[in-house]
Amino acid sequence: MNELIGKPIDRVDGRLKVTGKAPYSAEFPLKNLAYGVTVQSTIASGRIQSIETHAAESLSGVIAVITYKNSMSLHTLTGGDPGQGKFGERDLLPLQSDRIFYDGQHIAIVVAETFQIAEHGASLIKVEYEEEKPVFIIEDALSDAFQPASALGGGEAQTHRGDADKALETAEAKMEQTYITPVYHHNAMEPHATTAEWTGKKLTLYDSTQSVVGSKNAIAQILGVPPDDVRLYSYFIGGGFGSKGFTWAHSVMAPMAAKHVGRPVKIVLSRQQMFTSNGHRSRTIQKISLGAGKDGQLISVKHLTTSETSFVDEFVETAGAATKMLYDVPNLDATHSIVRLNKGTPCPTRAPGEAPGTYGLEVAMDELAYQLNIDPVQLRLVNYADKHPQTGQPWSEKHLKECYERGAQAIGWAQRNPAVRSMKEGDLLVGYGMATATYPANRSASSAKIQLFPDGHAVIYCATQDIGTGTYTILTQIAADGLGLPMASVQCKLGDSKLPKGPNSGGSQVSASAGGAVWAAALTLKSKAIQLAIADKESPLFGQSEESVQADGGKIFIAGSPEKGETYAQLLTRKGLPTLETEITTNVSTREGAPPAAGGEKKGGDQESSAVKADEGVDHKKYAFHSFGAHFVKVLVDPTLGTVHVDKIVGVMDIGRVLNLKTATNQIMGAMIFGIGMALMEGTIYDPTNGRVVTRDLTDYLVPVNADMPAFDIQFIDIPDPYISPVGARGIGEIGITGITAAIANAIYHATGKRVRDLPITPDKLLS
Amino acid sequence: MEPFSIQQATDAPTAIKAVGAAAGSKFIAGGTNLVDLMKMYVERPAVLVNINGLNLNKIETLTHGGVRIGALVRNSDLAYHPLIEKRYPVLSQALLSGASPQLRNMATTGGNLLQRTRCPYFFDISFPCNKRTPGSGCSAIKGYNRSNAILGGSDHCIATHPSDMCVAMAALDASIRIEGPDGERDIPFTDFHLLPGETPEKETVLKPGELITAVDLPPLSHSARSHYLKVRDRASYEFALASAAVVLNMDNGEIKSGRIALGGVGTKPWRATKAEQLLQGRPSEELYHTVAAAALEGAKAQTYNGFKIELAKRTLIRALTITAGGIA
Ligand SMILES: Cc1cc2nc3c(=O)[nH]c(=O)nc-3n(C[C@H](O)[C@H](O)[C@H](O)COP(=O)(O)OP(=O)(O)OC[C@H]3O[C@@H](n4cnc5c(N)ncnc54)[C@H](O)[C@@H]3O)c2cc1C
Ligand code: SF4
Repeated sequence: MNELIGKPIDRVDGRLKVTGKAPYSAEFPLKNLAYGVTVQSTIASGRIQSIETHAAESLSGVIAVITYKNSMSLHTLTGGDPGQGKFGERDLLPLQSDRIFYDGQHIAIVVAETFQIAEHGASLIKVEYEEEKPVFIIEDALSDAFQPASALGGGEAQTHRGDADKALETAEAKMEQTYITPVYHHNAMEPHATTAEWTGKKLTLYDSTQSVVGSKNAIAQILGVPPDDVRLYSYFIGGGFGSKGFTWAHSVMAPMAAKHVGRPVKIVLSRQQMFTSNGHRSRTIQKISLGAGKDGQLISVKHLTTSETSFVDEFVETAGAATKMLYDVPNLDATHSIVRLNKGTPCPTRAPGEAPGTYGLEVAMDELAYQLNIDPVQLRLVNYADKHPQTGQPWSEKHLKECYERGAQAIGWAQRNPAVRSMKEGDLLVGYGMATATYPANRSASSAKIQLFPDGHAVIYCATQDIGTGTYTILTQIAADGLGLPMASVQCKLGDSKLPKGPNSGGSQVSASAGGAVWAAALTLKSKAIQLAIADKESPLFGQSEESVQADGGKIFIAGSPEKGETYAQLLTRKGLPTLETEITTNVSTREGAPPAAGGEKKGGDQESSAVKADEGVDHKKYAFHSFGAHFVKVLVDPTLGTVHVDKIVGVMDIGRVLNLKTATNQIMGAMIFGIGMALMEGTIYDPTNGRVVTRDLTDYLVPVNADMPAFDIQFIDIPDPYISPVGARGIGEIGITGITAAIANAIYHATGKRVRDLPITPDKLLS
Repeated sequence: MEPFSIQQATDAPTAIKAVGAAAGSKFIAGGTNLVDLMKMYVERPAVLVNINGLNLNKIETLTHGGVRIGALVRNSDLAYHPLIEKRYPVLSQALLSGASPQLRNMATTGGNLLQRTRCPYFFDISFPCNKRTPGSGCSAIKGYNRSNAILGGSDHCIATHPSDMCVAMAALDASIRIEGPDGERDIPFTDFHLLPGETPEKETVLKPGELITAVDLPPLSHSARSHYLKVRDRASYEFALASAAVVLNMDNGEIKSGRIALGGVGTKPWRATKAEQLLQGRPSEELYHTVAAAALEGAKAQTYNGFKIELAKRTLIRALTITAGGIA
């Protein structure tokens, strides 16, 4: 058992993807398909005075032009849970009014016989506006800032413990600074795309989404059709990073247009449109105050974040989320204010909150360490939280000390000279920096079904999705191990809203949630097969006890005597069963703010299940579930030209059990690369006079390229977390981006003596 | 993109005739710049004349020792040509610092000369831009102008010429061969690109229908050394914040004469002739600083690009240091 879980197994869909055979949402060549291209506002605030569509309508090949004047009406969706259905902009349903809230708002859709004609038609639409003065800079609207009661999904937005102000006053050492992170755009490789087809009252959607069930629900409710009449497919997704977690206007506009023209319609957003129409990570202004004793023991932490939201919804970038749990400090304020701006609504972006928040907090910790002349690692050990400092819960597992130790060892931390600007390699300055990584270990309810067939192969079904992270692969490994089947005998079906409901891909929860459910289903199904065999006179296992039987290589047999047994195929064939199947729902939630959940619950008539029992045995509310890690970074800085090269990153991650060393390493490495982008080059620019997006492609919005890559040393503690699920794996998609930006910024400080507190750290900021 | 028709040309005269015949027609070579601009509706040619079939893809030695580069020679072929690598390393380095391998495999010498600015406002037709729509105003001057020029700008336009190749060619005193309806002519490199002045839409001295056929590089003395240095926001696949091409004639460790061109900072490939006059004598930090100060004389900072003045100086000093080999 457990031969496959953990191994660096190749992606099961790798070949399909590299040979171009994996169908993405824009790649379903439906019969009679029409193409939709949206027209977007070119002002950030005001009204449409007139919209001239005639030229487009008369263009040969244009089927229809839809604007607020001739659009069907829609229904507001207020839900806030992406797993159940969350529309990106609650108060801005597409094409319902002449009101403009931000630059790049969809104001029309042109439907044509070909993409080229639709696009050409879109360019012919002339719009006159009644322009109003937009507000697009947080600092200009601070007087209207407000503190929201809660963050996404009911998460806590304002945290207080003790008296942070008073404690700060009495502190022997104080560190107070403001840190700024710019707007980021996710820029998934695959653009957002939706293809919609009506068959009578039923709607079929191919939609690139991080939540097949949530998007299906959201689109159905906004259109006013019963969710059961809608089926949504998202078989392959070319990355989302949060931008495909909410449902955005184009996904509603495709079925609107399809209804309007009575044909299937496909909409693919252009790269330019992806800078306005599918969320972004808000800019943050983080005011951080640390109060400590001379020994570095924190007595007060204040982390006051101001971020932006739109005029049509509220989103909070919870930069203080990690601050409330990372260090053992008795007095704390972690607050969040938001300001309404004439921009699209922000949304989660890889480690929402934690990514910019750990930049602020972990740079502040570095500043305090230098101020007190304490080693930055030591400062973190002095303030090590042995239990969750806010709730007092014990951690399910925490091996952060070992992360620090192994990381420091691997980078040569002790050998460095900690004095700033003290180390050189040739003409380049050398700097070392470190920071802590952390992200909550979320698990939520998930169902999964597995069917076993008489030819010995099994199929997993779950309405979750693989956003490029490797979900197909790890679920296959889990089911194969659970059933005792080789990888090749297990098929995994995801990305279809009609399957048993799985989790949305957000909060790094899919591996723990769907993985837990698949594991439970696999064990239940194995046990079902064994029970069938031991009760069957014709089986070589007849009369044996269930406990004495094990499964491996597609065979069930007496432990220790592989010759005494039979294959699943033999069993099912003899019994004349077309399938043997089970569907399990594991109703577990480790999420903050989530209602208490039962340990396990199942349907489909399975009465006994050891897996579900294993879940039941655990009081999930007893523990705080978090992953931890440490990044250590070496940078080389050209002191004259201000250019920075990240030379090496060591990341040691404590994420419970590693399910697949290859996909896990991928996730951490990708997140580290995101971190290099945040630290050194990324950021969306808005025109300072009118609030319109200036950087609208990947030549202006820079992300790291191969030449920017460091040597990576990615390590895992790999100790299973027995409380998150019997599989023992916590999520891994987001933790890698937390802390990394701070570690790079801290290394740059060590190299140069320059503290840059507004990202990105471009060459101009290091010229001196 | 607007609908267009495309014609195939097999020799220069037919190509020139085809472009001359229809208003709004354009040559297309590698298409790496033109097609992008067409997708963004910045360029809207009704007719494209494909010149890839023309016999202009050779690199030849000229009798006086120089080199003739056909207009259709791909940037990667040029960069890796032994003659260029050996005699004109500054050009090879400049080419390889630009774009990506895939783009360089398509991009041609002629197209590179005529590539248009990367000013973000120029690329987005919903913004005013004098270069794209004369008289509409310049969004960059009052807007976000971190990437824009500090040298050679006007009240009408401050867009940089983005090419790396051109910076090296400017420093090499190249000349451009042109064939047009009225015959052939040669234009010294530094006269080819125009300053924006009041007509930023006019970028070169090319007349309608004129075809670039080649770029000629004059011979360099055997003791000449050259180098190209580019500073940017990421390590590759990005345009210059500042760059410098340096060609030095050295004798006995002394600089006899030199040529300097700057990139990323000027509205055209920026030859720093005044600074070159100071470029003589024993290499020293002091000399380089004097030269760099002269090269940036008259530089005008905008709201977001003031750092380029200092960065360009340092880039030039570094390039001089590397070229001269040692010191500073
Ligand atoms: C993502 C990206 C990054 C880039 N990065 C860099 C960089 O870092 N540095 C850099 O220098 N460049 C860079 N480039 C620009 C690249 O070098 C140019 O796009 C390329 O050199 C243009 O050559 P082409 O043959 O493709 O020209 P085309 O796109 O075919 O043509 C460009 C223009 O030249 C005209 N033309 C072409 N040939 C002739 C001729 N023989 N006679 C008359 N007119 C002609 C065309 O009509 C058109 O107007 C980048 C481009 C891209 C897309
Ligand atoms: S700098 Fe030139 S190209 Fe840029 S907006 Fe102004 S006029 Fe247009």
